Amino acid sequence: MHVLPYLVAAYVFLTGCYGLATSRNLIHTVGCLAVCQSSTYVLLLAVGYRDGATAPVFSDLAPGSRPVVDPIVQALTLTDIVVGATVTALLLALVLQIAKRHGTLDPDELRELRG
Amino acid sequence: MHHLLPLLFAVPLLGAALLVATGRRLPRAVAETTGCAVSGATAALALVLLLNSAPPLVEWVGGWRPVDGESVGIVLVGDGPALGMAALDSLLTLSALVYSWRYFDEPPRGHAGSYPALMLVFQGAMCGFALAGDLFNAFVFFELMSVVAYALTGYRIDEPKAVQGALTFGVVNSLGAYAMLMGIGLLYARTGELAMTKIGRGLDDAAGQGGPDALVLAAFVLVMTGLLVKAAAVPFHFWLPDAHAVAPTPVCMLLSGVMVELGAYGVWRVYGTVFAGPGGIPAADLTRALVTLGVLTAAIGAVMCWYQRHIKRLLAYSTVAHTGLFLVGLGVLTPEGDDGIALYLLGHAGVKAALFACTGALLDRFGSVDEQALHGRARGMRAFGVMFAIGGLALAGLPPFGTALGKAITEEAVGGPLTLVYVLASAVTAGAVLRVTARVFLGLGPRPEDAAYETSGSDERPETGRRLSRIPDSMTAVPAVLLAAAFAVGVAPGLAAVVARSVNEAGSGGAHTSVHWTPHGILLGLVSTLLAVGLAALAVTRPRRLATPDWALPLRRLQSGHVGDYVAWLLVGATVLGALTLPGVLGG
Amino acid sequence: MSQRLRLWLLAVGGAGVAALLVAACLDLPAFGGRRHPYGERAVAASLARHTANTIASLNFDQRAYDTLGEISILFAAVLGCLVLLREARDEHRAQPQPAEVALPVRRYALIALPVALLTGLYVIAHGQLSPGGGFQGGVVAATALHLLYLGADYRALERVRPLGVFDVCDALAVSAYAVLGLAGLLAGTAFLANTLLPYGTFNTLSSGGTVPLLNAAVGMEVASAVVLLLAGFLDQAVEIEEERGS
Repeated sequence: MHVLPYLVAAYVFLTGCYGLATSRNLIHTVGCLAVCQSSTYVLLLAVGYRDGATAPVFSDLAPGSRPVVDPIVQALTLTDIVVGATVTALLLALVLQIAKRHGTLDPDELRELRG
Repeated sequence: MHHLLPLLFAVPLLGAALLVATGRRLPRAVAETTGCAVSGATAALALVLLLNSAPPLVEWVGGWRPVDGESVGIVLVGDGPALGMAALDSLLTLSALVYSWRYFDEPPRGHAGSYPALMLVFQGAMCGFALAGDLFNAFVFFELMSVVAYALTGYRIDEPKAVQGALTFGVVNSLGAYAMLMGIGLLYARTGELAMTKIGRGLDDAAGQGGPDALVLAAFVLVMTGLLVKAAAVPFHFWLPDAHAVAPTPVCMLLSGVMVELGAYGVWRVYGTVFAGPGGIPAADLTRALVTLGVLTAAIGAVMCWYQRHIKRLLAYSTVAHTGLFLVGLGVLTPEGDDGIALYLLGHAGVKAALFACTGALLDRFGSVDEQALHGRARGMRAFGVMFAIGGLALAGLPPFGTALGKAITEEAVGGPLTLVYVLASAVTAGAVLRVTARVFLGLGPRPEDAAYETSGSDERPETGRRLSRIPDSMTAVPAVLLAAAFAVGVAPGLAAVVARSVNEAGSGGAHTSVHWTPHGILLGLVSTLLAVGLAALAVTRPRRLATPDWALPLRRLQSGHVGDYVAWLLVGATVLGALTLPGVLGG
Repeated sequence: MSQRLRLWLLAVGGAGVAALLVAACLDLPAFGGRRHPYGERAVAASLARHTANTIASLNFDQRAYDTLGEISILFAAVLGCLVLLREARDEHRAQPQPAEVALPVRRYALIALPVALLTGLYVIAHGQLSPGGGFQGGVVAATALHLLYLGADYRALERVRPLGVFDVCDALAVSAYAVLGLAGLLAGTAFLANTLLPYGTFNTLSSGGTVPLLNAAVGMEVASAVVLLLAGFLDQAVEIEEERGS
């Protein structure tokens, strides 16, 4: 139980990598990349958790009355999510142009760059 | 002075915002002038800060200076190498903007400012990455740099190759970045800190007498995977030729000239500040890992470079080979190695950017960057022929270019059989460039035949609105200035000593080294130059003898253009990196 | 490279990385541990500057420089998508056609739109007090506008989101953030220093010094960025067509 959340992060990362390597559709590839990234959310939030703690927001909580989870990883995760969303948007824009220029989304059929 | 460090990111960003806000009304010339002016101002600021970087500038953004050694803010480190990289990337961005002055392909309708704005953000991102003293902040700038680079690589959306190369680049680099973030997460879990020096100290404290454990190893491998993907080390390198072959020429100048090198710089910085202590990765293991990967990178880069006919792809592989050499030099962990690499990197940036600039002129004149299709067609472009040849010679390490000085110092630092790697890799890549010069600009030798599995560079679209009948002066001047700068790095009196002093102050605790030309170094430089000329001559006169041999074909087949393959290689690379570093962890 | 070889490589690489990650997980501090030195310092610093939401204090004060990098990524991605999703040489723009919308959908969308928009603005405004802030609220506010696309049609959406204005907002928001940073520098402290304004009364809208201002800039940036990104993709789907005969 003490390592389970961390193992979930590792599992999610590897699943994403498997999807990336075997994908037959570039939209699916971009999705798999987002899966890989989700593993970092899981890892960061798991690292910051404290037993019995609540959110580090003190508008309805007297400071010191309860332990709070690590706010750093929450801020990092927020940044990470924004980064992930923008990278996904940009890559999807490229996928859209690939579909137009190559007429296919199957990476096996893209034969322009090799050797 | 140290308060000005964040401006190296903020000024180009504000410039880009200005260009976007006014972009709909702005005529093209005004947008491009603004871009150059802002880029130039940032470069000037970087140079001023660089001149004042002894002792190193340290800035806590937001004024969160440490109290009792603890801070909650982000630290920027403006030492010699960091500001040197910032100045280098600013100057290269400026020259790329001048190079594309009024020539570059149609901007999106009503958005004249979008290309210079992207270049400015790219410049700011590279400065931000170079200055980062906080590991997560480095990740943010790593991603910013990548995002802009993907967009710039895919800029020519009409080209099927361009969008494919940009997507491959995007997927592989983003995966590398996420691996890096996993590593940062592990380090944060162990030490509870994000500033690089604090993490390093935290690792040492946590290890006590025990030395590193599996967590440190995993964090090291994951963080290095991200940085080595950017540095295009084998087997993380596959994205680079695909992206560099298709990106617009001015963007190639930046990608090859400085962005890839920032990956190597990141390896040096992160190892030195985070993993170099007793709780980190032992020096012997780092040397084993970096030297092995570096030698492989140099060898594969050089071989693949030789067998290209797509000139931009050829130059891209030469960049792969040279980053291999950089990694070897940094991997031996000697002050002289660091100094040599710093000079080598400066010289290489100028030479490589100049070579790309010359190739861009070919593309815009003939609509092709294919060595075979262009055979003898560029006879009239004398100035470019001369510059291409000089670039090739400088790449081989002809004294007194900066590349030669850097290479000579590094060769002495690495010693033994590794010297051979330097001589051969630089000779083969330079030989390929000289071969192109002889065929394309002089029309020497018979036309070679097509091979089966390769990317030809013939049906490319010029990056200008139409084919140029006359190359504008700005496009001629930029490569000339860049080559002159690479020359100056080798001959400017005192420059080498200053670079060495600031690198050692930042990396090796102020060790004193003497860096200067030695007869031994000059001799080795001449040997590789002669070797390069000989290879080129042989290739031109006896093309059959140097046609792709059977053993090189499987190597070429690995570069399949398939993004799934590249991801599989990335995982293999991480595993290899882990295996190479494992002995120290088991022993500790 | 053949499918088979790729799967072999994937198996080797995946097994190696899996071994590495599992070994690392076993060495991590136990889940739920108490030791978070940086986190504790951050909570103290946030309370000292009267910011109730520690994460807002981290994002807009202590690690505000990261956030500047982050909105630059958004800004760059918008710029990049604009470039990548422009009309190619062989394309042109078609007028979007009016569309039939089922009445319940129309009714729901038009009722939900103001509610969603208001929610977005509320979440932005209370960033330093309660969970949420510029990022979250900006996304809600931007997507609220797109309910008009569901409830009416693309032309209605185009009328309420003049892209030129959002372009300028996008640039202005990034500039505002950077200029607030410069103001700290000019005031003699440091870039992005939160020392310009009084920290106010704890747990009120105006508490936290420059935190609410930076938060608002981020809200504006995120809202305009999301509108522009969606516009780029929607234009591709609705307006941009390939030329006939090419």
